[in-house]
Amino acid sequence: MSRLERILAIAAALFAVLAIALPLGIRGDAVVMSWTGVLSVAWPVLVLLLLALFTLKLPPLVSGLLAVAGGAVVLFELAQFDSAGWGYWALLATAWLVAWLFAERLSARLASGAERRRWLGMLVPTMFGLAVLVAWEAGTRGGNVPNVLLPAPSVIWARIVANLPILAADFQQTFLKAVLAGYAIGNGVGLLVAIAIDRSPFLKRGLLPIGSFVSALPLVGIAPIMVMWFGFDWPSKAAVVVLMTFFPMLVNAVAGLNVTVAMERDLMRSYASSYWQTLFKLRLPAAAPFIFNALKINSTLALIGAIVAEFFGTPVVGMGFRISTAVGRMDIDLVWAEIAVSALAGSVFYGVVALIERAVTFWHPSIRGGTT
Amino acid sequence: MTAIRDSKVFAIFVLVLVLIVVWYVGAVLLNWGVVTDRFSRDGATHSLTDIVLTTLSYTRPVLPAPHQVAVDLWNTTLTLAPSNKRSLLYHAWITLSATLLGFVMGTVLGVVLALFIVLNQAASRSLMPWIIASQTVPILAVAPVIVVLTYNVLTGQNAVAQLLHLDADAAQLISKAVIATYLSFFPVVVGMVKGLRSPETIQLDLMRTYNATTTQTVWLLRWPTAVPFLFASMKVAVAASLVGAIVAELPTGAVSGLGARLLIGSYNGQMVQIWSVLLLSAILAGLLVLAVGIVERLVVARMGARPA
Repeated sequence: MSRLERILAIAAALFAVLAIALPLGIRGDAVVMSWTGVLSVAWPVLVLLLLALFTLKLPPLVSGLLAVAGGAVVLFELAQFDSAGWGYWALLATAWLVAWLFAERLSARLASGAERRRWLGMLVPTMFGLAVLVAWEAGTRGGNVPNVLLPAPSVIWARIVANLPILAADFQQTFLKAVLAGYAIGNGVGLLVAIAIDRSPFLKRGLLPIGSFVSALPLVGIAPIMVMWFGFDWPSKAAVVVLMTFFPMLVNAVAGLNVTVAMERDLMRSYASSYWQTLFKLRLPAAAPFIFNALKINSTLALIGAIVAEFFGTPVVGMGFRISTAVGRMDIDLVWAEIAVSALAGSVFYGVVALIERAVTFWHPSIRGGTT
Repeated sequence: MTAIRDSKVFAIFVLVLVLIVVWYVGAVLLNWGVVTDRFSRDGATHSLTDIVLTTLSYTRPVLPAPHQVAVDLWNTTLTLAPSNKRSLLYHAWITLSATLLGFVMGTVLGVVLALFIVLNQAASRSLMPWIIASQTVPILAVAPVIVVLTYNVLTGQNAVAQLLHLDADAAQLISKAVIATYLSFFPVVVGMVKGLRSPETIQLDLMRTYNATTTQTVWLLRWPTAVPFLFASMKVAVAASLVGAIVAELPTGAVSGLGARLLIGSYNGQMVQIWSVLLLSAILAGLLVLAVGIVERLVVARMGARPA
């Protein structure tokens, strides 16, 4: 038990006492105390008991279960009052501290090798995500934050379920048409140009600095020009995506094509392999980690480019269009629903590229080592 | 002679020249349609040179020629007082202030998070995956929303607003800087985590044998080894920060700033104006990266590094 863990445990116990003693909230004219409900008093008492009984020697998984139960109680109690009091925030703080204690203990065990089941490591970030969601829900609903400022996750979820057709149409317009087309063209052309200029040392010397400079530029600014050139529909968005994805791919692919060492190339020469054979059998596979790096960077850039380009004019469908009009009407729930969809799309897109990378570059140390 | 021909600067110079020529050719080709269209409505016949020259000086071109952009940029920056609202320098300053504020906040946030992650196992395990996931969220695309929300929080009827007492300008600046912060903290976190973890075990062991405290180990060993990583990530971060500040100005009702000029130019079909804003933001990005590079050289020299 490290010093930090001890501090966390003591703080959790303190907050548990506060959660029992202070009023949970106000309902109508009545003050709701923790002992009005069974759960709201049972959980902090359980925390105190466990911390005291085991003199801080809970197995990590028990403290994890305790934290999850705490989160459930925090959410359950939301229905018991109209506005939250200090006791409720103490309850939330206790749940957070127990969750932190769990993360601290589990990662200490994982680091020291006492815990063999590596997949347990996944629980730590999951717990953090859950803790943030619970705090968000509790903070917005308990603190009566107006929906215009920040809607609760449950409100956003209800909005997503209610507006599935609209969200699906926007997703199809922005992601399936503009992003995928632009992403394929931009990366494809970037890779081909990289292979072409790779044969000329002069072009490589000149284009690489220019390429890395251009990738740092605010290229999304090109969006209004593309909208004027290619019209309001998805081709103009795809064009922005092409431009945004081209340069990262070019720079990375050129760098990747240069990683083979002289000895490897000499071996290919001694096999009398042609330029194309060397390219496909040695240099492109060797460049794959770099190419996938660009593909991963570009997966986010593509989504950004397409949505931002829609701010400059669209047909009446698309994620960027929906976001900008919903902001105008102060329909913040819908905006957050679109943000959630785009976040999900972005993460899944990135995840798919990362999975393909694992399959293709299985030989690379970063994958073989089992990290990343 | 071969030394010049093999140098990087020469290659870049030649390629930039080529790009400018390609731009001119593109301007002639893309404007050809509109110009011939207008000429055919006059009825009079025009020679080929006439058409080509007009394509390069047309007032509402599809693609303006480089010199048109350069002239517009010159007129809107150097001939007007920087305080003039028509001066691009005025708008550049608005964007730059949000960029710099966001960059500083992002760097500080990034360094603090990186320290936290390096020093605490649990933080490393719980934060790192989410920090990486946060970058797959196309936050830049929803930047205008975040800006409007932050602005509303800072000026609305709530505890935060009453505590800070900001006027509208400051609230706008901060709300844009929030986006710039979000974009710039990520490279700093990733770079600094790598940098702070770069001391070798043998060096960390030496610190242990000296009975150094955690603070001493960070300050005397980890921090100095991380400085080169810090500057490398700051170069990426400052460029990202500028992109964030520009996009944050897009449809947020902002009337000043480079992003706002871009949007106004696009509504009015002012191609030349859009291009000069783009060129100016490119110059700005270059200068910012250069400035970080200069600070890097000074700091590294001061820390006793010998020129490589």
